[in-house]
Amino acid sequence: MSPEAPFPEAHWRGALAEGRLLLQRAPDGSAVFPPRLAAPGTGAPLEWFEASGRGRVYTLSWISRKPPAEPYHVALIDLDEGARLMSRVEGVTPETLAIGMRVEAFVDHDGEAPLLLFRPVED
Amino acid sequence: MTDTFPRARTAIAGLATFGVGETPGYSSMELTVQAALLAVADAGLTLPEIDALFICQPDDFFAGLSFAEYLGLQPRYTDNNRTGGSAFMSHMASAALMLEAGYIDCALIAYGSNQRSAGGKLATKITSNQWDAPYAPIFPLTGYALAAARHMHQYGTTREDLATVALSARAWARTNPEAFARGPLTLEDCLSARMVSTPISVRDCCLVTDGAAAIVMTRTDRARDLARPPVPLLGAAAATWWNSVAQSKDVTVTAAKESGARAMAMAGVTPRDVRTAQLYDAFTINTILFLEDLGFCPKGEGGRFVSSGAIAPGGSLPVNTNGGGLSCCHPGMYGLFAVIEAARQIRGEAANQIDGADVALAHGNGGTLSSQATVVLGSMATL
Repeated sequence: MSPEAPFPEAHWRGALAEGRLLLQRAPDGSAVFPPRLAAPGTGAPLEWFEASGRGRVYTLSWISRKPPAEPYHVALIDLDEGARLMSRVEGVTPETLAIGMRVEAFVDHDGEAPLLLFRPVED
Repeated sequence: MTDTFPRARTAIAGLATFGVGETPGYSSMELTVQAALLAVADAGLTLPEIDALFICQPDDFFAGLSFAEYLGLQPRYTDNNRTGGSAFMSHMASAALMLEAGYIDCALIAYGSNQRSAGGKLATKITSNQWDAPYAPIFPLTGYALAAARHMHQYGTTREDLATVALSARAWARTNPEAFARGPLTLEDCLSARMVSTPISVRDCCLVTDGAAAIVMTRTDRARDLARPPVPLLGAAAATWWNSVAQSKDVTVTAAKESGARAMAMAGVTPRDVRTAQLYDAFTINTILFLEDLGFCPKGEGGRFVSSGAIAPGGSLPVNTNGGGLSCCHPGMYGLFAVIEAARQIRGEAANQIDGADVALAHGNGGTLSSQATVVLGSMATL
């Protein structure tokens, strides 16, 4: 563990607040999320790296709300580097959002805490 | 590594359900205690002979301790495991090993909830983890929806396939007097039902009922001399591959693949030998995933398997013969009810009795397809 990042969860959130999406890399090259003290499966040390933010929608679900509120969705995103995480894709509808869609990350600063979101991009 | 397990050395000696459906006025603990007392009596045992408790209640973090206090027991061992609805199959694995070792002599495994009468909310205060929570998935429902959506995308599973799971469960429930939902249900009802979290509609969701269940386990040699036919435990295995579905490697393959293979290997059976399967159907997608992962059909074929009529009355593999969590009962956690239906089939006293049910499988699920545990029960003829 690098001395400047003693607390993986806090370190990740700190980077997110600066608009950066960090992942960790295990000695076997696999990307790790959520941030951890040690590599899952081996306990080996992890190294931080900045993700490209690009990925693909792995699966999704639209959640109904009482009308007139519109449904919202939850998606699992496969980042190009290999990690999978839960998020949401902005600027889409039930007609346009699809499994396999290419997306890129951005950080939404409008809420209480910085929030990792995605938007569609061309393949 | 192969498992070591005392195949058939321990057995379910007594069992009971109580208050299945709607039983206003009871607390969760009262329902559980009533089921426990009935199970002990069913075995022909007395309360002081119970020396180990395996309890997981919806609303009490220290339920095992509360249960011991309520019954006035001072158990040699109390297990308060919380692996969700699969906890009870895990309890059976622990109890079997402890019984075989002589560490305990008589285990009581019990569960009960007044979830329906208490207002229908999931009484267990469990939520999404900190990484998922900001996106507001419905816990645990959306986790299953994400798996179902991917299964549909990857294998061509349809909403009609999902609906067939619900219709099959209802067909069994209609002839089970204990089942809570026995009214007619059509494909159109399912397909037009209110969507909750796509592709899961309200008809893809389990019931919210009250109910309690309990079993008593002893060594099989002792169970032979007790009041009821012993139901030997041939194999029991638990597996955990993730907690949040976001951390699944492949959300269409659950750890049931591991727990089922291990439990069946311990039992010395293959899926072909299983005469009836009781699968934890919190949502319709569960039944499809577990049929595949337990080896009853190939991966990806679960939808077509159920739509062929295989799991319904008259089908090749009777599944959830009590109506399951979808149509019989689902008081927060269903695992022990699946075990009891499997045991009733072995004892020959199920409401929808399957002829020649000498090997029955019960599979439990906990969290968001996270914790998987499988038990294989046999008749004395299978020893």
